[in-house]
Amino acid sequence: MLTIPSGRRAAIVAGVRTPFARSGTALKDATAVALARHATRELLYRTNLSGADVDEVIFGQVIPSVLAPNLAREVSLLPQFPKTIPAYTLNRACASGAQAVVNAADQLMLGRADVVVAGGAESLSDIPILHSRRFSALLLEASKARTLTQRLRVLSRIRPRDLVPVTPAIAEPSTGESMGQSAEKMAQENGIRREDQDRIALLSHQRAAAATADGRLTAEIAPWFGGRAMDQVLTSDNGVRADSSLEALAKLKPVFDRRYGSVTAGNASPLTDGASAVVLMAEEKARALGYRPVATVRSYAVAAVDPGWQLLMGPVFAVPKALERAGLTWNDLGLVEIHEAFASQVLSNVQAWGSQAWADRLGLRAPVGEVNWDITNVMGGSIAIGHPFGATGARIITTLANEMQRRDVQFGLVSICAQGGMGFAMVLERS
Amino acid sequence: MSIFTVADDQGVAIVTIDRPGAPVNILDAAAKAEFEALLERLRHDGAVRAVVLLSGKPDNFIAGADIEEFVALKTQAAAEALSRDGQAMIGRVADFPKPVVAAIHGGCLGGGLELALACHYRVATNHPKTQLGLPEVQLGILPGAGGCQRLPRLIGLRAALDIILAGKSERAPKAFRLGMVDELVPPPLLRSVALAAAIRLAASGREVRRPRRGGITGALLDRNPLGRALVYRMARKSVLVRTGGHYPAPLSALEAVRTGLERGMQAGLVDEHRRFGELAVSPVSRKLVQIFFATTALKKDDGVPPGSGAPRPVRRMGVVGSGFMGAGIAGTAVAQAGIEVRLKDAELVRVGKGIHAATGILDGRLKRRRITPQEHQRLSALLSGTVDFSGFALTDLVVEAVFEELGVKRTVVAELEGVVGERAIIATNTSTIPITDIAAGARHPGRVLGMHFFSPVDRMPLLEVIPGASTTPEAIATAVQFGRRMGKTAIVVADHPGFWVNRILSPYLNEAGHLLMEGTPIEAIDRTMTRFGFPVGPIALLDEVGLDVAGKAGGVMHAAYGERLAPADAIGRMLADGRLGRKGGKGFYRYEGGKKAGVDVQVYRLLAITPSDRVSPQTIEQRLVYAMLNEAAMAAGESVVRSPRDGDIGALFGIGFPPFRGGPLRMIDDLGAAHVVSTLRALAAEFGPRFAPAEVLVAMAEQGGRYYDDGPR
Repeated sequence: MLTIPSGRRAAIVAGVRTPFARSGTALKDATAVALARHATRELLYRTNLSGADVDEVIFGQVIPSVLAPNLAREVSLLPQFPKTIPAYTLNRACASGAQAVVNAADQLMLGRADVVVAGGAESLSDIPILHSRRFSALLLEASKARTLTQRLRVLSRIRPRDLVPVTPAIAEPSTGESMGQSAEKMAQENGIRREDQDRIALLSHQRAAAATADGRLTAEIAPWFGGRAMDQVLTSDNGVRADSSLEALAKLKPVFDRRYGSVTAGNASPLTDGASAVVLMAEEKARALGYRPVATVRSYAVAAVDPGWQLLMGPVFAVPKALERAGLTWNDLGLVEIHEAFASQVLSNVQAWGSQAWADRLGLRAPVGEVNWDITNVMGGSIAIGHPFGATGARIITTLANEMQRRDVQFGLVSICAQGGMGFAMVLERS
Repeated sequence: MSIFTVADDQGVAIVTIDRPGAPVNILDAAAKAEFEALLERLRHDGAVRAVVLLSGKPDNFIAGADIEEFVALKTQAAAEALSRDGQAMIGRVADFPKPVVAAIHGGCLGGGLELALACHYRVATNHPKTQLGLPEVQLGILPGAGGCQRLPRLIGLRAALDIILAGKSERAPKAFRLGMVDELVPPPLLRSVALAAAIRLAASGREVRRPRRGGITGALLDRNPLGRALVYRMARKSVLVRTGGHYPAPLSALEAVRTGLERGMQAGLVDEHRRFGELAVSPVSRKLVQIFFATTALKKDDGVPPGSGAPRPVRRMGVVGSGFMGAGIAGTAVAQAGIEVRLKDAELVRVGKGIHAATGILDGRLKRRRITPQEHQRLSALLSGTVDFSGFALTDLVVEAVFEELGVKRTVVAELEGVVGERAIIATNTSTIPITDIAAGARHPGRVLGMHFFSPVDRMPLLEVIPGASTTPEAIATAVQFGRRMGKTAIVVADHPGFWVNRILSPYLNEAGHLLMEGTPIEAIDRTMTRFGFPVGPIALLDEVGLDVAGKAGGVMHAAYGERLAPADAIGRMLADGRLGRKGGKGFYRYEGGKKAGVDVQVYRLLAITPSDRVSPQTIEQRLVYAMLNEAAMAAGESVVRSPRDGDIGALFGIGFPPFRGGPLRMIDDLGAAHVVSTLRALAAEFGPRFAPAEVLVAMAEQGGRYYDDGPR
């Protein structure tokens, strides 16, 4: 019979990530596996953690490579680890990296593990380009042919249109609606103005630029040695624009609804490459090994909405659940991190949390809470820093935990919207 | 206890060779006698229809003949007899009326391969440890048990010469491609596949038809007398280029092969054992065997008296300074020892370049197929870098390779003591600064020592380990053992300026400078010394080392040892002209596209000299060689090396001192101390007091002393 040990807490000990780079730029030659291995290896070295002390490796990845479908296992086969550490890769869309962290926390709290490395990785420069279903079927048939004539007969059925490659789009399979279209729809239905979206984007860039300049962000980054001679060193996120302005943002044309739209390349997160890794330990184990945990996992919750409605409203449901599980209210929070897929999504979420109508709908007595921008996304967000799908969750958790320590904040909240109408929320506590 | 055991399996005698209490099998007298008796028994045993020969060792088939037995040979006649007997025994395998199948896993070398070649069928495992080769010429002899005859008949003349003349070993897959083995199998199938082959051959007759190799070129060159004549001529030429004519064994082996192919197997065997006898007692072979024994002994020597300090395991290494040396050390450690290496430098760009250069060593191995792409991926992930010492806390050994300056090095040692664990060893890679000075400010000087690598690190086989005044035996043993894991031969040397290698090199390079300033042409100096047997001449060596480095080292030696080691001022003037040697593309030689392109005649004008052939090659050689011999004697007298063995190995592996001369101390023994002293006195009278013989040498001459007591055998 399984029994659950009581009183075990999951502690976040440290996090390290690669720089996040706009797809097709500094990290374009690296695979997601290479990025994840780089972040993890540097995490081990920076924490002086022996690979042999790790019990499990969990990574999130949204668009896996068919050549290495279990990315986490490639990470746990780094030579810094013994070859005997089990590993799995999960997909909770844009919340994958965060899901990896809470799965690790669950294992730690249940006493199934003492030390777990969790994280996420994505290379949107290295996405699989597929053949059409018909072409694949013909190739398979040809490979099974017994004679040359049979094979040629099969191959002769290939038509030029079969050769057009299929690129996976960032669209909902169930609705056919692209992520950007959903964001546009949310802006329109919730009445989110273009200027407000641009203001969120500007804040994201200004704060990320400040945190890069003062070293709070770069402290979490393992420099990437790129270029043919490995002398092109990337030490910070290359999407952050210190010189961004409302005027410049206002000039950008809407992408998804050219006539009446408000979602632009400037107020949406860019396609990004990167990886992040976090080491979590059972609190007692951390102390036994001589580590001082940065924060512990207090609670988390996941919710989902109908993707055909407002795709990115999941956090509206997940956040009150996580707070309830934590036994806290919004006003207990000292820091909040909201993943910025689109500024329209951030503002839609914020609007809902602050509304009595939404509270009624959620069955709450009062609204979830009023967002205070002084303590929200204080080091910028995904619009400026970038959004490698699988990696973002672990990036946000690391940043939040470190900033909670710096500001001596007791409780912090993570909110992430994800494809498929899902929302993820998590409460961290300073230990 | 017997060496061979026999088991019956379906009428096939499975003969297992397993020398009791030894790591590998060798064909010594006892093994040969037992094997011959066994063959006789199996020949007459009606129940036996075939034989499979298998090894009982985990990763070795047969390592070769017994080298001790070979060394004990006193006369040419005895050596000839040894070879003839070996041929006869192996011939009985070839002529055995029932099929004999060799099942090969692990090293199958020398006499072991000759035995396998005489079998009627060979099955080998595709394991990396399975290697087939004939290394005899590396010991100055030739394959004397039919190898010169059977290999070319099996795989063709050109392929066989490739192996025999270079003393090469091939991994099993290559051996299979060449036709040395008939089947390649995964290790678990070895026995059953060999057994099946034996049963098959027992039914069909032992002759196996093999496809002819090499296609049209094979027909033209290997299976045609005119083509073969061309091959012999080309092979001879390439051997002479490679050996400078100093090593008779490859040429003699070539002749033994030729006799066999042109005049028949029997004539070939006779020529082969006759030549084996000649070579076995030749001075060159004696030297090469002595070197073999010296390096073998060094592999078991941790550099400290047994029991005084146990080497500690090194799992993670730190390297400070990611320049050419640091990256070379890091890359070699990863490639050879397969351990984690963390590189630290002050700037990220330098760290990146260092990781790139270190990875280059792995790239080279991948290109030469020494490692697979998967191994490359794994090994390169062992390399990482930092600017802040992160990851150094768990290192077991750190080597610093920063700028050659005492202050800088002491700062690094102090920084390291703040970050590494209590027991980590801190090594400094220096060629000129005393270790004791570097360790002086350390909190725990006992764990500080010198590890002097030579450049380029991945290719130079020597490591000097230099204890400081208070270095612990544990630290020394750890450095020596880790040096070995890096593929180096390590010698422990005293903390005197220049240590051993640069010490004896210094007067030699200085003398080359003096000769040059007297107007001796650069080519004349370098050509004389390459003819003497050095891989490069002294002036070319200066270009390789870098004139800035050489100039600095020259200054240090001059300051430490006074006028005797005063350099000629050639290098100073070269540096003033902006000539750094090969790395700057301009030195005593010209370099075009990274390749040496002849002497730069402008150098003569720069140095204000008119080249002339006034000095004879004999004098050039004498001045250069005796300067080195004298310094070697002096340094050995100061116990800079622990033994003449270490000194000679250091000169051979560190400078490329000609192996057939055995090393500088061995050479003094061969010349006789008295002769060396009188020559030095004559040189001193003509060229100055720098040639004054070392006191130890004079004493040795008076007492008739020697460095080695094994004497001329």
